[in-house]
Amino acid sequence: MSTPVISVDNLSYRYPDGTAALEAVSLHIHPGERLALLGPNGAGKTTLILHMNGIHMPQTGSISVSGVLLDNSSVMDIRRRVGVVFQDPDDQLFMTTVRRDVEFGPRNLGLEGAELEARVDAALEAVGVADLADRPPNHLSFGQKRRVAIAGILAMEPDIIVLDEPTANLDPASRSELTALLDDLDITQLIVTHDLLYANEVCDRAVILNEGRVVADDDIGTILRDDELLAKHRLALPKGVRI
Amino acid sequence: MADGHVHALYLHGNSVLHRVAPQIKIVAAFLIVIGIVVTPREAFWAFGLYLVAIVALATVAHITPRFAARRMVIEVPFLLVALLLPILGGGSTVEVFGLSLSQAGLWDAWNILAKATLGLSIAVILGATTQMPELLVGLDGLKMPSIVTAIAGFMVRYIDVILSDWSRMRIAMASRAHGARWITQIGPMARTLGVMFVRTYERGERVYLAMRSRGYTGSMPASAIPAAPVSQWMLGGAVIAAVWAVAALAVLTR
Repeated sequence: MSTPVISVDNLSYRYPDGTAALEAVSLHIHPGERLALLGPNGAGKTTLILHMNGIHMPQTGSISVSGVLLDNSSVMDIRRRVGVVFQDPDDQLFMTTVRRDVEFGPRNLGLEGAELEARVDAALEAVGVADLADRPPNHLSFGQKRRVAIAGILAMEPDIIVLDEPTANLDPASRSELTALLDDLDITQLIVTHDLLYANEVCDRAVILNEGRVVADDDIGTILRDDELLAKHRLALPKGVRI
Repeated sequence: MADGHVHALYLHGNSVLHRVAPQIKIVAAFLIVIGIVVTPREAFWAFGLYLVAIVALATVAHITPRFAARRMVIEVPFLLVALLLPILGGGSTVEVFGLSLSQAGLWDAWNILAKATLGLSIAVILGATTQMPELLVGLDGLKMPSIVTAIAGFMVRYIDVILSDWSRMRIAMASRAHGARWITQIGPMARTLGVMFVRTYERGERVYLAMRSRGYTGSMPASAIPAAPVSQWMLGGAVIAAVWAVAALAVLTR
Protein backbone atom coordinates (compact mmCIF):
# COMPACT_ATOMS: atom_id res chain seq x y z
CA MET A 1 0.00 0.00 0.00
CA SER A 2 1.15 3.59 -0.64
CA THR A 3 2.82 5.73 2.05
CA PRO A 4 0.03 7.31 4.06
CA VAL A 5 -0.23 11.12 3.74
CA ILE A 6 -0.87 11.16 7.46
CA SER A 7 0.04 8.43 9.81
CA VAL A 8 -0.88 8.92 13.46
CA ASP A 9 0.35 6.10 15.68
CA ASN A 10 -0.62 5.60 19.29
CA LEU A 11 -0.83 9.33 19.94
CA SER A 12 -1.75 10.48 23.45
CA TYR A 13 -1.94 14.01 24.77
CA ARG A 14 -2.66 15.48 28.19
CA TYR A 15 -3.32 19.13 28.87
CA PRO A 16 -1.10 20.76 31.49
CA ASP A 17 -3.88 20.29 34.08
CA GLY A 18 -3.77 16.50 33.50
CA THR A 19 -6.97 16.19 31.45
CA ALA A 20 -6.52 13.55 28.79
CA ALA A 21 -7.38 15.01 25.39
CA LEU A 22 -6.20 12.13 23.20
CA GLU A 23 -5.74 8.49 24.23
CA ALA A 24 -3.73 6.17 21.99
CA VAL A 25 -5.13 7.53 18.74
CA SER A 26 -4.07 5.73 15.57
CA LEU A 27 -5.23 6.96 12.20
CA HIS A 28 -3.93 6.59 8.66
CA ILE A 29 -5.01 8.70 5.73
CA HIS A 30 -3.95 7.63 2.24
CA PRO A 31 -3.33 9.77 -0.86
CA GLY A 32 -6.52 10.91 -2.56
CA GLU A 33 -8.75 9.93 0.36
CA ARG A 34 -11.54 12.16 1.65
CA LEU A 35 -11.91 11.40 5.28
CA ALA A 36 -14.55 12.79 7.64
CA LEU A 37 -13.53 13.22 11.26
CA LEU A 38 -16.72 13.16 13.31
CA GLY A 39 -17.32 13.53 17.00
CA PRO A 40 -19.22 15.55 19.60
CA ASN A 41 -17.96 18.82 21.07
CA GLY A 42 -14.93 18.30 23.25
CA ALA A 43 -14.05 14.95 21.64
CA GLY A 44 -10.48 16.05 20.90
CA LYS A 45 -10.91 16.77 17.18
CA THR A 46 -9.22 20.17 17.26
CA THR A 47 -6.42 18.85 19.47
CA LEU A 48 -5.81 16.10 16.94
CA ILE A 49 -5.68 18.57 14.03
CA LEU A 50 -3.23 20.77 15.89
CA HIS A 51 -0.97 17.74 16.27
CA MET A 52 -1.10 16.98 12.58
CA ASN A 53 0.61 20.25 11.69
CA GLY A 54 2.93 20.31 14.65
CA ILE A 55 1.34 23.12 16.66
CA HIS A 56 1.14 20.54 19.45
CA MET A 57 3.98 18.05 19.59
CA PRO A 58 3.23 14.39 20.40
CA GLN A 59 3.78 13.62 24.08
CA THR A 60 3.61 9.88 23.40
CA GLY A 61 3.19 8.16 20.06
CA SER A 62 4.22 9.62 16.72
CA ILE A 63 2.97 11.35 13.60
CA SER A 64 4.40 11.11 10.10
CA VAL A 65 3.32 13.15 7.11
CA SER A 66 4.13 11.62 3.73
CA GLY A 67 6.74 9.52 5.47
CA VAL A 68 8.37 12.50 7.28
CA LEU A 69 8.38 12.00 11.04
CA LEU A 70 7.13 15.05 12.96
CA ASP A 71 9.86 16.39 15.26
CA ASN A 72 11.46 19.76 15.98
CA SER A 73 13.62 19.63 12.89
CA SER A 74 10.82 18.72 10.48
CA VAL A 75 8.06 20.92 11.90
CA MET A 76 8.27 23.67 9.26
CA ASP A 77 8.22 21.10 6.46
CA ILE A 78 5.20 19.43 8.11
CA ARG A 79 3.34 22.75 8.37
CA ARG A 80 3.75 23.20 4.65
CA ARG A 81 2.52 19.67 3.97
CA VAL A 82 -0.55 19.86 6.22
CA GLY A 83 -2.71 22.88 5.44
CA VAL A 84 -5.33 23.67 8.07
CA VAL A 85 -8.37 25.81 7.22
CA PHE A 86 -9.73 27.03 10.55
CA GLN A 87 -13.37 27.44 11.43
CA ASP A 88 -13.61 31.24 11.56
CA PRO A 89 -12.12 32.77 8.41
CA ASP A 90 -11.67 36.06 10.27
CA ASP A 91 -9.03 34.29 12.35
CA GLN A 92 -7.23 33.15 9.26
CA LEU A 93 -7.37 36.23 7.05
CA PHE A 94 -5.21 38.59 9.04
CA MET A 95 -3.47 40.56 6.31
CA THR A 96 -4.82 43.79 4.87
CA THR A 97 -5.58 42.52 1.36
CA VAL A 98 -6.59 39.16 -0.08
CA ARG A 99 -3.42 38.91 -2.16
CA ARG A 100 -1.13 39.70 0.75
CA ASP A 101 -2.95 37.14 2.84
CA VAL A 102 -2.61 34.37 0.29
CA GLU A 103 1.07 35.34 -0.06
CA PHE A 104 1.70 34.96 3.66
CA GLY A 105 2.35 31.21 3.67
CA PRO A 106 4.47 30.99 0.49
CA ARG A 107 6.53 33.99 1.63
CA ASN A 108 7.24 32.21 4.89
CA LEU A 109 8.49 29.34 2.72
CA GLY A 110 10.90 31.74 1.06
CA LEU A 111 9.12 32.21 -2.27
CA GLU A 112 9.28 35.55 -4.03
CA GLY A 113 9.02 37.26 -7.39
CA ALA A 114 7.35 35.63 -10.36
CA GLU A 115 7.24 32.22 -8.70
CA LEU A 116 5.31 33.64 -5.75
CA GLU A 117 2.96 35.52 -7.99
CA ALA A 118 2.22 32.43 -10.08
CA ARG A 119 1.56 30.40 -6.93
CA VAL A 120 -0.83 33.00 -5.53
CA ASP A 121 -2.66 33.50 -8.82
CA ALA A 122 -3.13 29.75 -9.22
CA ALA A 123 -4.53 29.45 -5.68
CA LEU A 124 -6.94 32.37 -6.14
CA GLU A 125 -8.00 30.93 -9.48
CA ALA A 126 -8.59 27.46 -7.99
CA VAL A 127 -11.17 28.79 -5.53
CA GLY A 128 -12.65 31.30 -7.99
CA VAL A 129 -11.75 34.55 -6.25
CA ALA A 130 -9.09 35.96 -8.61
CA ASP A 131 -11.16 39.13 -9.00
CA LEU A 132 -11.02 39.82 -5.26
CA ALA A 133 -7.21 39.90 -5.02
CA ASP A 134 -6.86 43.55 -4.06
CA ARG A 135 -9.85 43.76 -1.74
CA PRO A 136 -9.43 44.00 2.03
CA PRO A 137 -10.80 40.83 3.69
CA ASN A 138 -13.27 42.92 5.77
CA HIS A 139 -15.19 43.70 2.60
CA LEU A 140 -15.87 40.08 1.62
CA SER A 141 -18.94 37.95 2.25
CA PHE A 142 -18.60 35.03 4.63
CA GLY A 143 -18.52 32.52 1.76
CA GLN A 144 -15.84 34.54 -0.05
CA LYS A 145 -13.76 34.71 3.12
CA ARG A 146 -13.97 30.95 3.41
CA ARG A 147 -12.72 30.56 -0.18
CA VAL A 148 -9.85 32.98 0.35
CA ALA A 149 -8.86 31.09 3.50
CA ILE A 150 -8.72 27.90 1.41
CA ALA A 151 -6.66 29.73 -1.25
CA GLY A 152 -4.18 30.75 1.45
CA ILE A 153 -3.68 27.09 2.24
CA LEU A 154 -3.58 25.88 -1.38
CA ALA A 155 -0.85 28.43 -2.10
CA MET A 156 1.43 26.43 0.18
CA GLU A 157 0.87 23.36 -2.04
CA PRO A 158 0.16 21.01 0.86
CA ASP A 159 -0.08 17.21 0.68
CA ILE A 160 -3.35 17.31 2.59
CA ILE A 161 -5.89 20.00 3.40
CA VAL A 162 -7.65 19.83 6.76
CA LEU A 163 -10.92 21.74 7.04
CA ASP A 164 -12.38 22.49 10.46
CA GLU A 165 -16.18 22.78 10.26
CA PRO A 166 -16.11 24.13 6.69
CA THR A 167 -19.89 24.49 6.42
CA ALA A 168 -20.36 26.40 9.69
CA ASN A 169 -22.33 29.63 9.10
CA LEU A 170 -22.65 29.10 5.33
CA ASP A 171 -25.99 29.61 3.63
CA PRO A 172 -27.24 26.67 1.49
CA ALA A 173 -25.97 28.18 -1.77
CA SER A 174 -22.48 28.85 -0.41
CA ARG A 175 -22.54 25.37 1.07
CA SER A 176 -23.17 23.73 -2.29
CA GLU A 177 -20.57 25.97 -3.94
CA LEU A 178 -18.06 24.87 -1.33
CA THR A 179 -18.98 21.22 -1.95
CA ALA A 180 -18.37 21.66 -5.66
CA LEU A 181 -15.12 23.50 -5.02
CA LEU A 182 -13.73 20.82 -2.68
CA ASP A 183 -14.89 18.13 -5.04
CA ASP A 184 -12.80 19.67 -7.83
CA LEU A 185 -9.63 19.91 -5.75
CA ASP A 186 -7.27 17.10 -6.54
CA ILE A 187 -5.87 16.79 -3.04
CA THR A 188 -6.25 14.54 0.01
CA GLN A 189 -8.79 16.02 2.41
CA LEU A 190 -9.64 15.63 6.07
CA ILE A 191 -12.94 17.24 6.97
CA VAL A 192 -13.80 17.82 10.61
CA THR A 193 -17.51 18.35 10.94
CA HIS A 194 -20.81 17.87 12.76
CA ASP A 195 -22.63 18.18 9.47
CA LEU A 196 -23.16 14.48 8.72
CA LEU A 197 -25.00 15.06 5.46
CA TYR A 198 -22.18 17.20 4.20
CA ALA A 199 -19.64 14.59 5.26
CA ASN A 200 -21.66 12.02 3.33
CA GLU A 201 -21.58 14.21 0.20
CA VAL A 202 -17.83 14.77 0.14
CA CYS A 203 -16.17 11.90 2.00
CA ASP A 204 -15.70 8.19 1.37
CA ARG A 205 -14.57 7.23 4.83
CA ALA A 206 -15.38 8.41 8.35
CA VAL A 207 -13.72 8.24 11.73
CA ILE A 208 -15.54 8.94 14.97
CA LEU A 209 -13.50 10.41 17.78
CA ASN A 210 -14.99 10.55 21.27
CA GLU A 211 -13.37 11.26 24.60
CA GLY A 212 -10.00 11.30 22.90
CA ARG A 213 -10.32 7.82 21.35
CA VAL A 214 -11.03 6.57 17.86
CA VAL A 215 -14.27 4.65 18.38
CA ALA A 216 -15.15 3.90 14.76
CA ASP A 217 -13.28 3.93 11.45
CA ASP A 218 -15.17 2.68 8.40
CA ASP A 219 -16.82 3.41 5.10
CA ILE A 220 -18.94 6.53 5.65
CA GLY A 221 -22.18 4.83 4.57
CA THR A 222 -21.69 2.03 7.08
CA ILE A 223 -21.10 4.51 9.89
CA LEU A 224 -23.99 6.82 9.04
CA ARG A 225 -26.43 3.88 8.81
CA ASP A 226 -25.51 2.70 12.31
CA ASP A 227 -28.00 4.72 14.39
CA GLU A 228 -26.92 3.10 17.60
CA LEU A 229 -23.26 3.98 17.06
CA LEU A 230 -24.13 7.57 16.17
CA ALA A 231 -26.41 8.02 19.17
CA LYS A 232 -23.84 6.58 21.51
CA HIS A 233 -21.40 9.29 20.45
CA ARG A 234 -23.83 12.20 20.47
CA LEU A 235 -24.17 12.30 16.68
CA ALA A 236 -27.38 12.09 14.67
CA LEU A 237 -28.65 12.56 11.16
CA PRO A 238 -31.50 15.06 10.79
CA LYS A 239 -34.83 13.47 11.66
CA GLY A 240 -36.30 11.35 8.90
CA VAL A 241 -33.11 11.24 6.83
CA ARG A 242 -31.72 7.85 5.84
CA ILE A 243 -28.45 7.31 4.03
CA MET B 1 -20.75 48.06 8.91
CA ALA B 2 -19.77 46.15 5.80
CA ASP B 3 -17.95 49.12 4.37
CA GLY B 4 -15.80 49.48 7.43
CA HIS B 5 -14.71 52.44 9.49
CA VAL B 6 -11.08 52.86 8.64
CA HIS B 7 -11.81 52.85 4.92
CA ALA B 8 -14.30 55.69 5.12
CA LEU B 9 -11.41 58.13 4.77
CA TYR B 10 -10.64 56.95 1.25
CA LEU B 11 -12.15 58.54 -1.82
CA HIS B 12 -12.24 56.22 -4.82
CA GLY B 13 -10.53 57.84 -7.74
CA ASN B 14 -7.66 57.76 -10.15
CA SER B 15 -6.15 61.23 -9.92
CA VAL B 16 -2.42 62.01 -10.07
CA LEU B 17 -2.40 62.16 -6.29
CA HIS B 18 -4.04 58.74 -6.08
CA ARG B 19 -1.32 57.33 -8.28
CA VAL B 20 1.70 58.81 -6.49
CA ALA B 21 3.59 56.15 -4.49
CA PRO B 22 2.41 56.06 -0.87
CA GLN B 23 5.86 56.55 0.64
CA ILE B 24 6.21 59.88 -1.18
CA LYS B 25 2.80 61.02 0.00
CA ILE B 26 3.64 60.11 3.60
CA VAL B 27 6.97 61.97 3.54
CA ALA B 28 5.44 64.97 1.79
CA ALA B 29 2.47 65.16 4.18
CA PHE B 30 4.80 65.01 7.18
CA LEU B 31 7.21 67.65 5.90
CA ILE B 32 4.46 69.97 4.68
CA VAL B 33 2.81 69.88 8.10
CA ILE B 34 6.16 70.72 9.72
CA GLY B 35 6.53 73.65 7.32
CA ILE B 36 3.06 74.90 8.28
CA VAL B 37 3.72 74.52 11.99
CA VAL B 38 7.00 76.49 11.98
CA THR B 39 5.45 79.40 10.08
CA PRO B 40 5.10 82.43 12.40
CA ARG B 41 1.46 83.13 13.19
CA GLU B 42 1.75 86.77 12.13
CA ALA B 43 2.45 85.79 8.51
CA PHE B 44 -1.15 85.80 7.29
CA TRP B 45 -0.01 85.89 3.68
CA ALA B 46 1.86 82.60 4.16
CA PHE B 47 -1.23 80.86 5.53
CA GLY B 48 -3.17 82.27 2.59
CA LEU B 49 -0.67 80.69 0.21
CA TYR B 50 -0.87 77.35 2.03
CA LEU B 51 -4.63 77.45 1.76
CA VAL B 52 -4.44 78.08 -1.98
CA ALA B 53 -1.99 75.19 -2.38
CA ILE B 54 -4.18 72.84 -0.32
CA VAL B 55 -7.31 73.75 -2.25
CA ALA B 56 -5.36 73.14 -5.46
CA LEU B 57 -4.21 69.69 -4.26
CA ALA B 58 -7.74 68.80 -3.14
CA THR B 59 -9.09 69.85 -6.52
CA VAL B 60 -6.54 67.71 -8.32
CA ALA B 61 -7.65 64.76 -6.13
CA HIS B 62 -11.34 65.48 -6.90
CA ILE B 63 -12.13 66.01 -3.22
CA THR B 64 -15.39 67.90 -2.83
CA PRO B 65 -15.83 70.52 -0.06
CA ARG B 66 -18.59 68.35 1.38
CA PHE B 67 -16.31 65.28 1.60
CA ALA B 68 -13.54 67.34 3.22
CA ALA B 69 -15.91 69.05 5.67
CA ARG B 70 -17.32 65.74 6.91
CA ARG B 71 -13.86 64.42 7.63
CA MET B 72 -12.75 67.60 9.33
CA VAL B 73 -15.48 67.47 11.95
CA ILE B 74 -12.94 65.70 14.17
CA GLU B 75 -11.25 69.08 14.63
CA VAL B 76 -14.27 70.71 16.27
CA PRO B 77 -13.45 69.89 19.93
CA PHE B 78 -9.97 71.36 19.50
CA LEU B 79 -11.37 74.50 17.94
CA LEU B 80 -13.82 74.91 20.83
CA VAL B 81 -10.91 74.83 23.26
CA ALA B 82 -9.04 77.31 21.09
CA LEU B 83 -12.05 79.65 21.12
CA LEU B 84 -11.91 79.76 24.91
CA LEU B 85 -8.39 81.21 24.86
CA PRO B 86 -9.36 84.84 24.00
CA ILE B 87 -11.94 84.78 26.80
CA LEU B 88 -9.75 83.17 29.44
CA GLY B 89 -6.40 84.72 28.40
CA GLY B 90 -4.86 87.63 30.33
CA GLY B 91 -2.82 90.68 29.34
CA SER B 92 -3.97 93.59 27.23
CA THR B 93 -7.47 93.34 25.80
CA VAL B 94 -9.29 94.51 22.72
CA GLU B 95 -12.97 95.25 22.26
CA VAL B 96 -14.68 92.95 19.71
CA PHE B 97 -18.47 93.20 19.29
CA GLY B 98 -18.69 94.56 22.82
CA LEU B 99 -16.65 91.68 24.25
CA SER B 100 -13.37 92.37 25.95
CA LEU B 101 -11.00 89.72 24.55
CA SER B 102 -7.39 88.96 25.45
CA GLN B 103 -5.02 89.96 22.69
CA ALA B 104 -2.56 87.14 23.42
CA GLY B 105 -5.49 84.71 23.58
CA LEU B 106 -6.69 85.86 20.16
CA TRP B 107 -3.27 85.23 18.68
CA ASP B 108 -3.10 81.80 20.30
CA ALA B 109 -6.57 80.90 19.05
CA TRP B 110 -5.71 82.01 15.52
CA ASN B 111 -2.46 80.05 15.67
CA ILE B 112 -4.28 76.84 16.61
CA LEU B 113 -7.14 77.44 14.20
CA ALA B 114 -4.91 78.09 11.21
CA LYS B 115 -2.28 75.42 11.79
CA ALA B 116 -4.66 72.67 12.94
CA THR B 117 -7.03 73.25 10.03
CA LEU B 118 -4.29 73.32 7.41
CA GLY B 119 -2.49 70.33 8.95
CA LEU B 120 -5.69 68.32 9.14
CA SER B 121 -6.52 69.18 5.51
CA ILE B 122 -3.19 67.66 4.51
CA ALA B 123 -4.07 64.50 6.46
CA VAL B 124 -7.52 64.38 4.84
CA ILE B 125 -5.96 64.63 1.39
CA LEU B 126 -3.47 61.88 2.26
CA GLY B 127 -6.25 59.64 3.57
CA ALA B 128 -8.56 60.37 0.64
CA THR B 129 -5.96 59.46 -1.97
CA THR B 130 -4.26 56.51 -0.28
CA GLN B 131 -5.92 53.24 0.72
CA MET B 132 -5.05 51.93 4.15
CA PRO B 133 -3.07 48.88 2.90
CA GLU B 134 -1.10 51.23 0.62
CA LEU B 135 -0.26 53.48 3.56
CA LEU B 136 1.19 50.44 5.32
CA VAL B 137 3.17 49.51 2.21
CA GLY B 138 4.42 53.10 2.17
CA LEU B 139 5.55 52.88 5.79
CA ASP B 140 7.30 49.59 4.97
CA GLY B 141 8.93 51.33 2.03
CA LEU B 142 10.20 54.03 4.39
CA LYS B 143 11.89 51.30 6.44
CA MET B 144 9.54 51.59 9.38
CA PRO B 145 10.23 48.58 11.67
CA SER B 146 8.12 45.72 10.32
CA ILE B 147 6.71 44.95 13.75
CA VAL B 148 5.17 48.45 13.85
CA THR B 149 3.57 48.15 10.43
CA ALA B 150 2.41 44.61 11.28
CA ILE B 151 0.67 45.88 14.43
CA ALA B 152 -0.89 48.74 12.48
CA GLY B 153 -2.00 46.24 9.84
CA PHE B 154 -3.68 44.00 12.41
CA MET B 155 -5.42 47.03 13.88
CA VAL B 156 -6.76 48.03 10.48
CA ARG B 157 -7.80 44.46 9.72
CA TYR B 158 -9.55 43.73 13.01
CA ILE B 159 -11.12 47.00 14.09
CA ASP B 160 -14.27 46.27 12.10
CA VAL B 161 -14.40 42.70 13.39
CA ILE B 162 -14.11 43.93 16.98
CA LEU B 163 -16.63 46.71 16.49
CA SER B 164 -19.14 44.28 15.04
CA ASP B 165 -18.54 41.95 18.01
CA TRP B 166 -19.22 44.90 20.25
CA SER B 167 -22.40 45.90 18.47
CA ARG B 168 -23.67 42.31 18.59
CA MET B 169 -23.09 42.27 22.34
CA ARG B 170 -24.91 45.59 22.69
CA ILE B 171 -27.86 44.15 20.77
CA ALA B 172 -27.82 41.04 22.95
CA MET B 173 -27.91 43.26 26.04
CA ALA B 174 -30.65 45.47 24.68
CA SER B 175 -32.67 42.36 23.73
CA ARG B 176 -32.72 41.47 27.39
CA ALA B 177 -34.03 44.89 28.26
CA HIS B 178 -30.81 46.59 29.19
CA GLY B 179 -30.88 50.24 28.25
CA ALA B 180 -27.55 51.95 28.66
CA ARG B 181 -28.85 55.43 29.23
CA TRP B 182 -28.03 56.25 32.76
CA ILE B 183 -24.93 56.12 34.91
CA THR B 184 -26.37 53.38 37.18
CA GLN B 185 -26.36 51.07 34.17
CA ILE B 186 -22.70 51.51 33.60
CA GLY B 187 -21.93 48.30 35.53
CA PRO B 188 -23.20 45.82 32.91
CA MET B 189 -21.59 47.98 30.24
CA ALA B 190 -18.21 47.83 31.93
CA ARG B 191 -18.48 44.07 32.39
CA THR B 192 -19.35 43.69 28.71
CA LEU B 193 -16.23 45.66 27.85
CA GLY B 194 -14.26 43.25 30.02
CA VAL B 195 -15.76 40.27 28.18
CA MET B 196 -14.95 42.05 24.92
CA PHE B 197 -11.34 42.32 25.99
CA VAL B 198 -11.15 38.60 26.81
CA ARG B 199 -12.81 37.65 23.52
CA THR B 200 -10.44 39.81 21.56
CA TYR B 201 -7.51 38.28 23.39
CA GLU B 202 -8.81 34.81 22.52
CA ARG B 203 -9.18 35.85 18.91
CA GLY B 204 -5.57 37.01 19.02
CA GLU B 205 -4.59 33.51 20.15
CA ARG B 206 -6.53 31.92 17.30
CA VAL B 207 -5.02 34.30 14.75
CA TYR B 208 -1.57 33.46 16.09
CA LEU B 209 -2.33 29.73 15.72
CA ALA B 210 -3.42 30.30 12.13
CA MET B 211 -0.23 32.27 11.48
CA ARG B 212 1.97 29.54 12.90
CA SER B 213 0.06 26.99 10.85
CA ARG B 214 1.20 28.84 7.74
CA GLY B 215 4.82 28.84 8.74
CA TYR B 216 5.10 32.01 10.85
CA THR B 217 8.16 31.88 13.08
CA GLY B 218 8.22 35.30 14.68
CA SER B 219 8.87 37.79 11.92
CA MET B 220 6.51 38.93 9.21
CA PRO B 221 7.73 37.91 5.76
CA ALA B 222 9.00 40.91 3.83
CA SER B 223 6.60 42.08 1.14
CA ALA B 224 7.65 43.27 -2.25
CA ILE B 225 7.50 47.06 -2.22
CA PRO B 226 7.41 48.70 -5.63
CA ALA B 227 10.06 51.43 -5.76
CA ALA B 228 8.69 54.93 -6.22
CA PRO B 229 9.66 56.42 -9.59
CA VAL B 230 12.20 59.29 -9.48
CA SER B 231 9.77 61.57 -11.32
CA GLN B 232 7.28 61.20 -8.48
CA TRP B 233 9.94 61.92 -5.88
CA MET B 234 10.81 65.09 -7.80
CA LEU B 235 7.17 66.13 -7.88
CA GLY B 236 6.81 65.52 -4.14
CA GLY B 237 10.12 67.28 -3.49
CA ALA B 238 8.96 70.32 -5.44
CA VAL B 239 5.77 70.65 -3.38
CA ILE B 240 7.72 70.28 -0.14
CA ALA B 241 10.33 72.79 -1.30
CA ALA B 242 7.62 75.33 -2.15
CA VAL B 243 6.02 75.05 1.28
CA TRP B 244 9.37 75.27 3.02
CA ALA B 245 10.37 78.29 0.94
CA VAL B 246 7.20 80.09 2.05
CA ALA B 247 7.85 79.08 5.67
CA ALA B 248 11.48 80.26 5.49
CA LEU B 249 10.46 83.57 3.96
CA ALA B 250 7.85 84.03 6.67
CA VAL B 251 10.40 83.33 9.40
CA LEU B 252 13.00 85.68 7.87
CA THR B 253 10.64 88.60 7.29
CA ARG B 254 9.06 88.41 10.73
